[in-house]
Amino acid sequence: MKQLTVLSGKGGTGKTSITASFAVLAKNIVVADCDVDAPDLHLLLHPQINREQEFVGSKLAVIDKTKCIKCKLCQEKCVFSAVNNDLEIVPIACEGCGVCKFVCPVGAITLVPRVSGKAYLSKTRYGSMSHAMLNPGESNSGKLVTLVRQNAKIMAEKEKSELVVIDGSPGIGCPVIASITGVDAALVVTEPTMSGIHDLERVLKLLDHFNVVAFVCINMYDVNVANTKKILSFCEENKTEVVGTIPFSPEVTQAMVIGKTIVEYSPKSGVSEEIRSMWSKLTEFLGVDNYNT
Amino acid sequence: MIVSIASGKGGTGKTSVAVNMALSVGNVQLLDCDVEEPNAYLLLHPEFKRKEIVYTSIPKVDRVLCSSCGECTKFCQFNAIFVASEKILVFPELCHSCGGCELVCPKKAITWEKYNIGTLSFGSTDGVDIVQGELEISKPLAVPVIKAVKKQIDRSRNVILDCPPGTSCSFVETVTGSDFCLLVTEPTPFGLHDLRIAVEVLRKVGVPLGVVINRAGIGDKKVYEYCTKEDLDILLEIPYERRIAELYSKGTPFSLEMTEWTERFQMLFSKIKELSAR
Repeated sequence: MKQLTVLSGKGGTGKTSITASFAVLAKNIVVADCDVDAPDLHLLLHPQINREQEFVGSKLAVIDKTKCIKCKLCQEKCVFSAVNNDLEIVPIACEGCGVCKFVCPVGAITLVPRVSGKAYLSKTRYGSMSHAMLNPGESNSGKLVTLVRQNAKIMAEKEKSELVVIDGSPGIGCPVIASITGVDAALVVTEPTMSGIHDLERVLKLLDHFNVVAFVCINMYDVNVANTKKILSFCEENKTEVVGTIPFSPEVTQAMVIGKTIVEYSPKSGVSEEIRSMWSKLTEFLGVDNYNT
Repeated sequence: MIVSIASGKGGTGKTSVAVNMALSVGNVQLLDCDVEEPNAYLLLHPEFKRKEIVYTSIPKVDRVLCSSCGECTKFCQFNAIFVASEKILVFPELCHSCGGCELVCPKKAITWEKYNIGTLSFGSTDGVDIVQGELEISKPLAVPVIKAVKKQIDRSRNVILDCPPGTSCSFVETVTGSDFCLLVTEPTPFGLHDLRIAVEVLRKVGVPLGVVINRAGIGDKKVYEYCTKEDLDILLEIPYERRIAELYSKGTPFSLEMTEWTERFQMLFSKIKELSAR
């Protein structure tokens, strides 16, 4: 089984629209939405949830007010400022390290498992999907990403899928790192803007650091052709293959509004053609027979 | 006053709004808290005059004092320290610097050393002072870098924070303590979905908020319906215009070329002042 992660660095470049299109084009893949704090893939693929799991990513301190002697040692020692002046734990700040529990002289503090979100195992009209929802404002998105990937792997093995396609989150921090470790290739979706270029360079460095083969897709390339040329020559210098240049089209948003992928909504459009050609190149590299015309 | 500009969904125009507002209102300190992908400088083109390294603290185990009892390993909730027989391993990228290992060590074998995770850059241009945080590539923890950026806040100025996308810890860390948060969204299903989550978080954190709709005219009307239902003020609409997109792509804040927008961003800022004073 192979794994491909779709990334971007900069948000809003089209990762999710492209991942969803791949799910439609593929014969038998599992998709995993690893943008767990702002997941959008389900808005195009409409999964039916078969199973849900609670995600416990860390612990949470709880102070028993009846035992507390108000010595404030916990507040003093907490480096996360998670104990307020009423000597209550502020859940949004608590990282569950356990220092308060250790220093409490009267044993008034316990650590309880903290449910930080949910993971889902689902079916879509095009195959299986693993996804999740981090509770608003929670941390531990990296661990939840790992859980979503494990679930996807299990489903893929069960269904004898050859490939898991992972929709990553923007940025280069912990959830992104969790979504690229050990994958066979990454597709970086960028746009021809100054920030698109800057963020692309950072993501490519990150992929290089983790020894992941990178491919690039320039979305909305015609918004600034000069910048598109810059990206093309930058990628050539860095020996990174550009597998697709997708034109801007209002049809992508129109498709999103009715909850469809562009390859379903407008299969003959230039955008869809380019996505199909990209998919064919990527599956060829990965050595999986997944191309569906 | 401290105003943070956030979005939930990435790529909705946070940085563009932050920079255009900064250039319009004057006496601004702009802090780029999107430390994974800081982009404000690509529109502002400041000259960075000074840099500072951002460190976290990680445990350092004195091998002579250490008795390999493993108390630190047992205590650490983040699996950042591993001590067993002859081996002592510290995983700096997992460490949250809580200080627990030092507290539990019976031999006082643990001290702290600095671990480089990012850079702060200081610059200015056109009356805007900018402080940029940048997470070093391959380092996972953005929050300590965001904290370091926020330490530079000068409350006597008009402070604008450019937030990271998403709605998890980095976002919470940035918006906490702001007087107002402006959520930039686009009128699409993705924009709406992520706006909802961001609103939920902000209400939990207790920061007053308002909405800017960018690329107005694309998509549908559901974001507007949601804002009405939730009683959220739509403080500004920026239409989808090819010219705005092109200017952004070149790294030019659109209010510099389309000067009618300067006044609109000034009005936006006055409205924010009014709302946050309520």
